[in-house]
Amino acid sequence: MNENDDKLKDEKLKTALFNYLLGLGDDLLILGHRLSEWCGHAPVIEEDIALSNIALDCLGEANAFLQYAAETEGRGRSEDDLAFFRDAIEFKNFQMVELPNGDFAFTVARQFLFSSYSFILFGELQKSRLPKLASIAAKSFKEVKYHLRHSVEWVLRLGDGTEESHYRMQHALDELWMYTGELFLDEGLDRVLIENGFVPESLKLKPLWQERVNEVISRATLLIPTEDSHMARGGRKGIHTEYLGHLLSEMQILARSYPGAKW
Amino acid sequence: MTTGKDEILKCLESVMDPEVPVLSIMDLGIVRDVEISLGHIEVMITPTYSGCPAMKMIQEEIISTLRAKGFNDVAVKTVYSPVWTTDWLSDKARNKLKDYGIAPPLKTGDEEFIPLIINDDNVSCPYCSSDDTVLRSRFGSTACKSLYFCNSCRQPFEYFKRF
Repeated sequence: MNENDDKLKDEKLKTALFNYLLGLGDDLLILGHRLSEWCGHAPVIEEDIALSNIALDCLGEANAFLQYAAETEGRGRSEDDLAFFRDAIEFKNFQMVELPNGDFAFTVARQFLFSSYSFILFGELQKSRLPKLASIAAKSFKEVKYHLRHSVEWVLRLGDGTEESHYRMQHALDELWMYTGELFLDEGLDRVLIENGFVPESLKLKPLWQERVNEVISRATLLIPTEDSHMARGGRKGIHTEYLGHLLSEMQILARSYPGAKW
Repeated sequence: MTTGKDEILKCLESVMDPEVPVLSIMDLGIVRDVEISLGHIEVMITPTYSGCPAMKMIQEEIISTLRAKGFNDVAVKTVYSPVWTTDWLSDKARNKLKDYGIAPPLKTGDEEFIPLIINDDNVSCPYCSSDDTVLRSRFGSTACKSLYFCNSCRQPFEYFKRF
């Protein structure tokens, strides 16, 4: 056992890590669910396949993080228990990922903003002093490159496209901007995780994210939304929009109706 | 009789990837290690993609294949590190892919990833070997493949994307 894994015998650190992993897992689980809603509804069949593929990656990554969370918690819960038997208030995902899909531009914009964030975050998490966290991050990082490239292509194509596509892309960015603030808040995150070199400081990721995001937005002939508008917050603390409950009721109904069901 | 690691690895060569049935899990480099202790066999595998639906089936196949050979005490463990890469595909595996009609992955480079620069892989057609091909969709029928089109022989084909 690595000396840093050994530190996790400390209850406070263990709880902090559990919560952090839940945050990562929940983001991907909820976003994966939202993306899977496109299956059969995307504008062209290639896009149907692409969004389903990305959804599958998100769910796989969520599985790895939630499994690690369950293991860290050590109370006999599995990743499935965490996914299907928690209520909205116990979910730690950012509000951005639970918002309804909107039109195609909205989904693309969200994927672009979130994948850009994941790209930076997983890049940094690969350096975590926790080997397991570093290795899951390294795996996810490879997948995120494909997601990011896919969404960047669409942002460029729609932004620098027709009047209608440009308008929709700009509108989506403007609508989503207020949900980007909490990605960089370190809210509900115990400082001990940062101090031990387990996770990066979220605030420090912001300039890197901004630089990449701004470059693409400008290249797509779109305007970078202004920073002074109201920023939503609280996802990491279990504060959610009205949409999460509806999403969960659909996602969890089978597992809750037939606990332990197998086929 | 003591069971050797080589014997187990040999058996695992008959476990095929359900989605790319010409490749065994040994060809893919999924099997990282085999540990044998007091008759208990632990097979360490590493996922190709996090969400690859074939992984579950592969685990079951490993267990049933080894059981059929008389090894009853078998467990499969997933390890994430080091991260799987298409560079682990052997030349034999690459040729098998090409013969099957799937363009094998190019070698991964250390090139910096810049999302703004849309650098598609220049893939040769597995049917006619022409380099005049075009990416149709970065995502294909499975997580590991992209969809290309050959302008020479006018056929669509799949590319095992480098990862």
